[in-house]
Amino acid sequence: MTDKPEKLIDKKGLRLDGRKPDELRPIKIEVGVISNADGSAYIEQGKNKVLAGIYGPREVHPKHLALPDRMVLKCRYHMAPFSVQERKSPAPSRREIELSKVIRESLEPAIFVEYYPRTMVDIFVEVLQADGGTRCASITAAALALADAGIPMRDIVVACAAGKAGDTIVLDLMDEEDKYGTADVPVALMPNLNAVTLLQMDGILSYDEFESAVNLAIEGCKKIYAMQKEAIRSKYASAKEEGEE
Amino acid sequence: MSAVITKVKQKEIAQLIEKGKRLDGRGLTDFREIKIEQGIIERAEGSARVRLGRTDVLVGTKIEFGEPFPDTPTEGVLTVTTELVPLASPVFEAGPPDENSIELARIVDRGIRESKAIDTEKLCIEPGKKVIVVFVDVYVLNHDGNLIDASALAAMGALLNTKVPNYEVEDGEVKTTSGHTQLPIRRNPVTVTFAKIGGKLIVDPWLEEEQVMDARLSIAIDDDGNICAIQKGGNGYFEPAMILEAAKIAKDKAKEIRKKLGW
Repeated sequence: MTDKPEKLIDKKGLRLDGRKPDELRPIKIEVGVISNADGSAYIEQGKNKVLAGIYGPREVHPKHLALPDRMVLKCRYHMAPFSVQERKSPAPSRREIELSKVIRESLEPAIFVEYYPRTMVDIFVEVLQADGGTRCASITAAALALADAGIPMRDIVVACAAGKAGDTIVLDLMDEEDKYGTADVPVALMPNLNAVTLLQMDGILSYDEFESAVNLAIEGCKKIYAMQKEAIRSKYASAKEEGEE
Repeated sequence: MSAVITKVKQKEIAQLIEKGKRLDGRGLTDFREIKIEQGIIERAEGSARVRLGRTDVLVGTKIEFGEPFPDTPTEGVLTVTTELVPLASPVFEAGPPDENSIELARIVDRGIRESKAIDTEKLCIEPGKKVIVVFVDVYVLNHDGNLIDASALAAMGALLNTKVPNYEVEDGEVKTTSGHTQLPIRRNPVTVTFAKIGGKLIVDPWLEEEQVMDARLSIAIDDDGNICAIQKGGNGYFEPAMILEAAKIAKDKAKEIRKKLGW
């Protein structure tokens, strides 16, 4: 357990890790990191380390779950036992089952599910280290993995949280701000369609605070979107160079 | 979690909503009739049954003595579970809770927890060792849509009439004695659920509207009109402006319901 910090925002208006309220944590994204998977991506966001892998479109298992007019989309969000301070049992918790559902529902609007009837696409997300905001990092990585797998999509999906720490609306909450802050608003966005595909909130916010938190989260999503594009381009640019050699 | 609905009816529902009307005659932001009965299960420490149109949810609360969570040693524990009872719908099956059931429980839990509805500090018996544990068990008896709002209302209804038995501590063991006190409740959160159908927002979707909807948005509002929990569901999306519109409507609707129930 980390102890409760005295103040989440210091006198200069800076956060525990020295960030400004509207500043993201350092982010590193890599595409195509698991050779066995049809698509994969890895993201580091602050101390978060999240790996996403896609298998499919492949045969539906069990077979009776197959749908005649669309693919079946499955998602498993899972945290490694060593990813948090106190060891987490590897059995799926109720939180992980809920997050698996909301992550799937945040990605599904972007996918042309009707292009692959009677098939299944599996999204596997493994949180190797957690530092607040794992669901957002998971969505950002899983969307890239889907693109890497060549699944036809309307848009990419990118996610980022905003919230309230002390009296300040802040972007991209880290663990301490998530635990001891006033509110947390994770948002997933299809950036080109300006459509929100994940929205959750816990904590207490007035309407005006909520409005600024949503807008700030969307701004954050757009910044991460630029990094997503860069990550996927760099994978295929290097593949092209190898091909030319 | 969907039963069969004909294409003709799907189209009819969507076309009517496009014109600002609904199949059951409601306006787009009208709730169905809400009926609440409290204290109807004598064996439970608290109970409430909410009927939202034909949706029917029963909640019973039980009080036990147990250990606090290590990160909140001076607070009582709240546990919410839901049971989608097989008799309530042809699509519910007996067995361990599925993702729909778990999501429903966690939405109800979040509304109560984040609004700080229960004064959990008052439920501490011995810091770090013994606290009062409040179990909220949501039992869905008939599913006709919007289980979230009905369950959240029934859960608050049950908590409001939950009685904590008097107790004494003897050699570290908690023993109940005669008599009881009321469970300390500070806030009465109300959850308002929206469905997005053909680019329009509707409040309190019934079953067939849920089967047509693109996406769902649930917003819990506390006594001061602040937002305390949100959950988007479904395979569609919301434009940012629509989310803010929903938050405004939710605030008004929650006030209206609170007034109606005298909370």
